[in-house]
Amino acid sequence: MAQPPLLEVKDLKVEISTKAGSFFPVNGHNFTVNAGETLGIVGESGSGKSMTAMSLVRLLPKHAAHIRSGSVRLNGRELLTLTEPEMRRVRGSEIAMILQDPQTSLNPSFTVGEQISEALRLHSPGPRRTLRERAIDALRKVKVAAPEHRVDAYPSELSGGMRQRVVGAIAISCQPKIIIADEPTTSLDVTVQAQYLRLLRELQEETGTAILFITHDFGIVANLCHRIVVMYLGRIVESGPVDKIFARPAHPYTEALIDAVPKLHGQDGRLRTIPGQPPAPTDQIQGCPFAPRCEYAETRCLSDLPPTVQVDGQGDHSASCWRVVDQ
Amino acid sequence: MFRYLALRIASSLFALLVITIIVFLLSHLSGNPVDALLPDDASQEQVDSFIREWGLDKPLWQQYLTFLVNAVQGDFGTSLKWPGEDAMGFVIDRMPATLQLGGLAILISVVIALPLGVAAAVYKGSPVDNGAQMFALLGQSMPNFWLGIILIWVFSVWLGWLPTSGTGSFAHAILPAIAIAWFQVSALARLTRSAMLEVLDAEYIKLARVKGVSEFQVVWKHALRNAAVVPLTYFGILAASILTGSVVIETVYSWPGMGWVAIEAIRGRDFPVVQAVIVAYAVIYMISNLVVDLLYVIVDPRVRHG
Amino acid sequence: MVDIPIKPLTQPSLWRRAREFPLIPVAVLLIVFIIPAFFAEYIAPHDPYVPNLRARLQPPVFFGGTWEFALGTDRLGRDILSRILHGAWYVLAVSMIGIAVGVVVGTTLGLVAGYVRGWFDGLVMRLVDISLALPAMLLALALAAALGASFLSVVVVVGFALWAYFARQVRAEVLLLRNSDFVARSLVAGSSHTRILFRHILPNVTNTIVVLATLQVGIAIMLDASLSFLGIGIPRPTPTWGLLVSDGRDFIATDWWISFFPGLAILLTVLSANMLGDWLRDRLDPRQRQI
Repeated sequence: MAQPPLLEVKDLKVEISTKAGSFFPVNGHNFTVNAGETLGIVGESGSGKSMTAMSLVRLLPKHAAHIRSGSVRLNGRELLTLTEPEMRRVRGSEIAMILQDPQTSLNPSFTVGEQISEALRLHSPGPRRTLRERAIDALRKVKVAAPEHRVDAYPSELSGGMRQRVVGAIAISCQPKIIIADEPTTSLDVTVQAQYLRLLRELQEETGTAILFITHDFGIVANLCHRIVVMYLGRIVESGPVDKIFARPAHPYTEALIDAVPKLHGQDGRLRTIPGQPPAPTDQIQGCPFAPRCEYAETRCLSDLPPTVQVDGQGDHSASCWRVVDQ
Repeated sequence: MFRYLALRIASSLFALLVITIIVFLLSHLSGNPVDALLPDDASQEQVDSFIREWGLDKPLWQQYLTFLVNAVQGDFGTSLKWPGEDAMGFVIDRMPATLQLGGLAILISVVIALPLGVAAAVYKGSPVDNGAQMFALLGQSMPNFWLGIILIWVFSVWLGWLPTSGTGSFAHAILPAIAIAWFQVSALARLTRSAMLEVLDAEYIKLARVKGVSEFQVVWKHALRNAAVVPLTYFGILAASILTGSVVIETVYSWPGMGWVAIEAIRGRDFPVVQAVIVAYAVIYMISNLVVDLLYVIVDPRVRHG
Repeated sequence: MVDIPIKPLTQPSLWRRAREFPLIPVAVLLIVFIIPAFFAEYIAPHDPYVPNLRARLQPPVFFGGTWEFALGTDRLGRDILSRILHGAWYVLAVSMIGIAVGVVVGTTLGLVAGYVRGWFDGLVMRLVDISLALPAMLLALALAAALGASFLSVVVVVGFALWAYFARQVRAEVLLLRNSDFVARSLVAGSSHTRILFRHILPNVTNTIVVLATLQVGIAIMLDASLSFLGIGIPRPTPTWGLLVSDGRDFIATDWWISFFPGLAILLTVLSANMLGDWLRDRLDPRQRQI
């Protein structure tokens, strides 16, 4: 790993202020994504996954959420200090995004081709004709059948899976270095979901882009990701290579999430769930945020926040839990 | 799509038919139609030939059919107040003046209301938004004829910038057009605001930002294109209000259009012209509504392919 | 997916708060409209009809006039304030009776149409469509031409401009109510259809009717004012507000107050009625908030 990471996030903090009080949905994140790699960010809803994604492209909801501190470096360039026009040039061309809901993430008033070539026109302008050709190319890459035909279709004429492919085509059209995929398959049928994930993997092998894959589904992570980051209530509780974490989850929350994935050959055939609900984000928590739901919790866990420590000697697997600290 | 348009045309024609019935019955409501439709000093021969021509000695439904057949051919009889003038021809002569004024009023209301509504939505909760809402409420509560008079007072009498009334130049049309547009501005701005608020929350707006589209383009291209459908549906009502407004405002500014003719004809109890002008207004109104339906099909691909 | 519910931090502005409690609108409505309508005879300083040639074209107080004619006088020396106060009664009467006509016709047709369905419903709804599609001014012109301008013709125009809104809304609510449990129970208990309609369903749509009627006050006043301005409303010498504005129209260059103050009275009354209507709607009928 002599090469510097493609994306390096350090001590990132995002604050949301509401009438009920303010809190940090992203609370001191540290993680990296290497070129050509897929990093999974896993957590329940409310854990701050989407907030993390939106803060990387600096598109947090205006007035309500703000980046308070930290650093986001893409290829060594600091993104948080860029001006808005500079940042706009990064969006779409260097960092692309696939949003969750294909039903609503395409503009109903423009054709598929117009929406793909808009990104192209912004980041690598060319004559109208070639833009159309390139839009068709992008559609072909995401395996949309009859792309010459579909390029003139409106989103309302396409199926959900097809629309999400179009969103994918928009994302890859400018050959970004990294694609952030925010739960791209959650609202798709299971079979379509599998096809879409296969497509993402193939695209990555072809183009070598890195993918930041945000999901709540550990099952998907296992198939797709090289490394994962587990989030709970605005904090990263564990991160490391996917096989290590699956083999030996260090944090009780990760363990519970993995157990919650339905397995074909389960030990006792019962589906395990995590007891309790995550606390309200505005609640003041002193100790480990997971402690109230943790089956191993001790008094120390309720009063003191555990530091992030290495799980083994290899330096690529870390967790934030007193049980790991004690080992 | 064609089915949709055919349906709209059919219902417009039906409404038009109802109007002709109302208009026809009104000439009987006022007493003897001969009195209403002929000058007071008409000779007995004139009365007799009139009764024969319009079939007034026949049952009511036959009279209506005669009226309808004549009306379809544009024949509403001759004017009483302006002797020798064909009633519908006279009204049609005045139509361009009204359409010019109405067109300018629509232009003014769109040019002011759209940016105002968009700005109020984009800067929701800001002084811009509150100001726009205050303006909207005020606009909807202000009588347009009074506004017309006040505009004359301020811009013609005090400042001397624009002529007080009459026609002749573009400057003559400005004040009346503003007076007609005023009410529409507030209604249209309100509608645009609420439509934009809904659209700005949509995922495709987020995706446009993620693509690196500038905020200006996000608002004016991606959001407005979708939000515009809602104000567009209001254009039918807009056309009606502007026609109504023209009746009042043309009187205020002595603008010799259809509205002015309508009021003069009523004052002179010139029934053929009144009938002609009401039907003409109704036709303009139906046509503008059909245009809106067509625009709707063009703007919204979901209707086009639905 | 939005992970965390986000509420923007906007303080309710003074404007919003003013709309919360419609105290100012209610006060304005009372002072400008309702009290004058009923007590003009006692509070008006002068006779609204009798010319007083010695006091012709007095400007308002603060503009060179005196408190005796606070809002100035017209060409015949009649006190503008007194004329506005006396006019309020006619404006109130026309708008209230007009709305009442609209409510009665619209509600009855809406109730029956929604309850019996079938061809009657179809017919009523077609008429509603046509009525909503027609500018009320056209009907007003036609009626004025046929009947001549009178109190009755204005009331009819206002009523027929508004009935369709009531019919449409009431019918929609009846459609929902007629399938509800309490209607079925009453039928089983042997209630007649008339009884169900007027004792059970009608009370459930009164909120809607009240809200709609309040929102129509502004429209009714404006329509009445436009008609009298055009000289096809209540005929002279009745000092309706629209007529008062029209009186001063040719003298705006020199004697601005003749038109200005009656128009201001219309503006204040309609504005207050609209604000009150908005507030009532938010209170009684939150479903319609965005209409």
